[in-house]
Amino acid sequence: MTTPITSSTAATPRAPSNTSSNAARNAAAAPVPVRASARLLAALIAGALFGFGLSLSTMIRPSIVLGFLRFQDMGLMLVLGGAVVVTFIGYRFSPKLLTRPLFGGSFGQHESILDRATIIGAAIFGIGWGITGVCPGPAIAGLGAGSYELLYAVAGIALGALTQGLTARRS
Amino acid sequence: MLPFPFGWPHYLLGGLCIGAGVALLYALTGLVGGMSSVYSSTWSFVVTRPFFQQTKLVDSRSWRLTYAAGLIVGAAAWWMLFGHGARVTVAIPTWQLFVGGLLVGYGARLSRGCTSGHGICGLASLRLPSLLAVVTFMAMAMLTANVTARLGWG
Repeated sequence: MTTPITSSTAATPRAPSNTSSNAARNAAAAPVPVRASARLLAALIAGALFGFGLSLSTMIRPSIVLGFLRFQDMGLMLVLGGAVVVTFIGYRFSPKLLTRPLFGGSFGQHESILDRATIIGAAIFGIGWGITGVCPGPAIAGLGAGSYELLYAVAGIALGALTQGLTARRS
Repeated sequence: MLPFPFGWPHYLLGGLCIGAGVALLYALTGLVGGMSSVYSSTWSFVVTRPFFQQTKLVDSRSWRLTYAAGLIVGAAAWWMLFGHGARVTVAIPTWQLFVGGLLVGYGARLSRGCTSGHGICGLASLRLPSLLAVVTFMAMAMLTANVTARLGWG
């Protein structure tokens, strides 16, 4: 019925959510939509490996993490060490072996800023981690193994992140 | 020797899997996959404040949410293969999960990273800020967990 063609090329203002009109779809579509979905599939598979690893290493069990923090079991060091070594190899050699990521885009860098917020935030995070034995990844992964209690942690983390954003002085 | 009362191979294998996931994400997409950002970027769907409409959050919210869904898929696959039919129960009191979670979410986002963002991606990138963040949150978590143990918390 309506004709979406307009003579003006001005960008339409961001529509409120839940209006999945054609115009909104076209505006949001990446130049190569197939590649965008391939990238999402990559994120899903990579996340699944991550979640499988968190479960296999029992990091989705807060009691195991608290056991590490209370010096009863050093397992978390092996988990972190193993993950860092493999990630280091991936980060170091992917840009050397590939001109660009296999599904497009470019090789990013870990955002790295050192200021008071980095350290104060880490300290607050540490206190919370010490109280619960739950950190952001395992809180989500554990849901897949039926630990619905972790929804309380997920809700807390989400509200904490919201509070941080609402009180941030600058974006 | 370091104590491993529950054995050690599953820790190492699990860690290698986690690293493989983060490395695969990078090789396929070039994205750096920490986990705490999804708790901010997902708010960008509903919160219109400028902070949550940053390009950085809006542009990454889809893949971050998909990546998080992957975590659940991977854990569910582990559960089906090795879960022996019983769900993994969490005995930590509800209020402890929630209050600790608030601090975890606020602190991780203020620090721009958590155990995966600073601990895995940052250390693997040999970043000094991440090393300092990891040392800080490890020390605070150990201190806190030992204090709560004395208090008889879960």
